[in-house]
Amino acid sequence: MDLIAPLIVATLRISAPYLWASLGGWYSERSGIVNLALEGMLLHGALACVLAAHACEQAGASGAVAAWAGIAAAILAGALTGALHAAACVAAKGDQITSGIAINLLAAGVTKLVLTLVFGSASNSARIAGLEPWAIPGLAHWGVTRVLFCTPLVLFAAVAVAGSEFVARRTRFGLRLHAAGEMPRAVQAAGVSVAGLRWRAVLLGGALAGVGGAWLALDQHQFTAGISNGRGFIALAALIFGKWTPRGAAAACLLFGAAEAMQIQLQAHGTGIPTQFVQMLPYVVTLVALAGAIGRAHPPAALGRADE
Amino acid sequence: MNRRAAWVAAIVAPALAVLAALATGALLAAALGRNPFEIYALLGRETFGSWYGLGQVLFKATTLAATGLAAAMAFRAGLFNVGAEGQLYLGGLAAAVAALTLPPACPAVLAIPVTLVAAAAAGAAWAGVAGVLRARLGVHEVIATILLNFIAMALGSWILVTHFAQFETLHTAEIPAAARWARLESVWPAFRGAPLNGAAWLVLVLSGACVVLLWHTRWGFEVRAVGASEKAARAAGIPVRRRLFEAMAVSGALAGLAASNFVQGYKYYFEDGFTAEAGFRGLAVALLARSHPLGIVPAAILFGALDRGGFVLSQKVPKEFADILQALVLLFVVVLQPGLRRFMERRQSLEGRE
Repeated sequence: MDLIAPLIVATLRISAPYLWASLGGWYSERSGIVNLALEGMLLHGALACVLAAHACEQAGASGAVAAWAGIAAAILAGALTGALHAAACVAAKGDQITSGIAINLLAAGVTKLVLTLVFGSASNSARIAGLEPWAIPGLAHWGVTRVLFCTPLVLFAAVAVAGSEFVARRTRFGLRLHAAGEMPRAVQAAGVSVAGLRWRAVLLGGALAGVGGAWLALDQHQFTAGISNGRGFIALAALIFGKWTPRGAAAACLLFGAAEAMQIQLQAHGTGIPTQFVQMLPYVVTLVALAGAIGRAHPPAALGRADE
Repeated sequence: MNRRAAWVAAIVAPALAVLAALATGALLAAALGRNPFEIYALLGRETFGSWYGLGQVLFKATTLAATGLAAAMAFRAGLFNVGAEGQLYLGGLAAAVAALTLPPACPAVLAIPVTLVAAAAAGAAWAGVAGVLRARLGVHEVIATILLNFIAMALGSWILVTHFAQFETLHTAEIPAAARWARLESVWPAFRGAPLNGAAWLVLVLSGACVVLLWHTRWGFEVRAVGASEKAARAAGIPVRRRLFEAMAVSGALAGLAASNFVQGYKYYFEDGFTAEAGFRGLAVALLARSHPLGIVPAAILFGALDRGGFVLSQKVPKEFADILQALVLLFVVVLQPGLRRFMERRQSLEGRE
């Protein structure tokens, strides 16, 4: 048990940002808009979180208040990044892949620029207090329940997955979202605005991915240049791996998180296997899983088509 | 009619996008408390204003053009090769290893091609893994290439550290003189000091070869047919899976060849981290050029100039200023292109009616 519990804890912690970003991608892609901008949304979310939290701490707020202000700022920054993507892809009907790549490049530049201007360093921000787990009696003392039930952004990630699954299956918005991604003309014929649906989906997706950025910043107690480190792309991979469903994407994120947690444990224990091979582990596991019995994924039929 | 509209949109939109990006950048420079005219004058002077600056720009453009061609080749087959970074990395390693194992007496006419073939083969093999996964097992190439990037870096770094790294460094020994490109300054002294080298000619040849391959061979036609519609291509009897795999391998070969500029033309060794995201930025170059091999050269020169710009402007504004300009150019192309195209089509249909 002594080996399993820390592994579960590490898996959940590592999976959290993937979960948020992946869910964010789900809303966007279900509505028919390819979201390669997740990486940029994570970056903007993380920076906004640190800026807001730092400002609050300077003003004398407690660590927790500052952290929640940071999360709110991250949601806003993520949604604004989503708005940029939606403006390019939905309003201007531009190429969605190019827009995503451009937003990622922009986010990489803007975050480093702001980092330099505000904190006078090209590599990292000032430290912030972060968000302490809740001290719920009976749950807070054991690692697994502590990370799952007392760590707000992990708990809420689980809630968001269940909530998105509910939205997908049981709500009118979810049904229309699905239709917008599969056959936008049908949505149009029913008198519902496809563009309106897509705008809402991309904004909501950006907000969720922004929370993933906030998690990174709060977990590391600072913003560092390139803090997202390819996580947006892995989250997108998880979404495709999970066949464009929230539960599938969540499972893929957990699998990837578990492989990464295992890698860290292996490195810590020193097994004699060269570090480079240990580092490869999460990626090889995912690739093998994909190539194995998982089968073909079917993307939303209208995904990436701007003109419809 | 649609074709002409598409052509005009493909040329006018990037030009307008550059202007729009520069205008936005001017606002940013002003917000940073700098005189935008002063900034742009410096940028112009240090890039296209001197032979040395131009040499630096073209040197940086060479790598970007090759990775841009790699991305474009995949796009034409309807594939999205996000793995150029890993293919470039392994291409560089293979090039250095091949050049280092050549017999000392090997003449340049043999050493350079052997090194190039090694780079291309390594890139093609690595992209080929993603190609097989996509063509045979239906694994989405975006995921496969992203994952393969991480694996390539780890694998390459292990090979480097255990077999080829010089003592206390992360690079190999220098490759023999016979496997090196000549610097352009040796025939054109005006470029003195700039690392522009023979790889630039290689990239020009490659972009011409891509045009011939894609539009003047049956293979290219079939690849483009697959890219336009897999279903229709299959119905027409084109071996879709095979073409998908081959297009991915060719794309990887081009990404691998991009390493030649650094390994054979600049530092003369393979170094961990030499890729500097050139693989990813190749995507941006290809997208700016709308995946046309001939458009890729000017697009790469523009991005190369902004790369150099980041360096020369760093005394005035943070060096991210130029990165932001690159992103803005791309973003404005995305926003402007569809509208411009519709405008052109509308105008032409009006002309047609008269």
